[in-house]
Amino acid sequence: MTKGTFKRVVEVGRVVYVDRGEGEGKLAVIVDIIDHNRALIDCPTTGVPRHSHSYRRLTLTDFVLKEFPRSGGSPIVRKYFEKENILEKWNKTAWAKKLENRKKKSVLTDFDRFKLLKLKKQHRYRVNLEEAKLRKQKA
Amino acid sequence: MGRLHEYQVVGRKLPSQHDPVPRLYRMRLFAPNEVVGKSRFWYFLKKLKKVKKAAGEIVSINEIFEKRPLQIKSYGIWLRYDSRSGTHNITDAVASCYQDMAARHRARFSSIQIMRVSELKKSLVRRPYIRQLLEPKLKFPLPHRVIRSGRKSTFLAKRPSTFY
Repeated sequence: MTKGTFKRVVEVGRVVYVDRGEGEGKLAVIVDIIDHNRALIDCPTTGVPRHSHSYRRLTLTDFVLKEFPRSGGSPIVRKYFEKENILEKWNKTAWAKKLENRKKKSVLTDFDRFKLLKLKKQHRYRVNLEEAKLRKQKA
Repeated sequence: MGRLHEYQVVGRKLPSQHDPVPRLYRMRLFAPNEVVGKSRFWYFLKKLKKVKKAAGEIVSINEIFEKRPLQIKSYGIWLRYDSRSGTHNITDAVASCYQDMAARHRARFSSIQIMRVSELKKSLVRRPYIRQLLEPKLKFPLPHRVIRSGRKSTFLAKRPSTFY
């Protein structure tokens, strides 16, 4: 019924990204659905303890652990999570890369930012130069 | 969470010449702390037996913890209340029951008496909003999302997207 419009749904085995609260910034798995507001999440691989977490403080990802048994224990979560190489797949997504870059950027000092600005300028200059050449050839 | 705790309270009448070994009464009840727990014990016992606090004593009070707090269960709560007009932890379930009674019937803590709390089979669940959640392959989207990250300012150049 809702499949067409919504791509990600709350379900048992859905991999989620924890926005806030315990295990912040880590991946976890929905082990069981408690009610309309909370789910039981767990992930021994990333170090998220088994606890109930509000959906408001989670973001659903595209990954689902296939045939994950409802309210499976922590060792089972680890097994399924590692079998599907979720962490590897996650690190390849644009989302994870963006988060990683944001983290890198946040530790830069003022001087680092200045260097970045300079490097970006150089990069831009070279790209524009090549582009101008190509445009000239075409004309 | 867990504003309520489950206690086991044992009490009896003070021993007297007439009755040197008075009978013990045990009660399982929910209260925010031990003091209220003892008070509730006397409140209920007075109604059931001819024992009152002035002529009685608490023999023991200890907290009962949930056996498997990480497993999700549905609880049924039998209660009565003086009319004026379940789910993760037992205590949470009882606390949410008090909330629910307050919301639907404007009933206060003092006017509610819990008689029995027990885990329910699927077929015995009565409330439709809990029954919804008992489907074997439950799935639902989160249709409207307001992402509230503390880092962003209240004022933004772009309208946030709530689609998910």
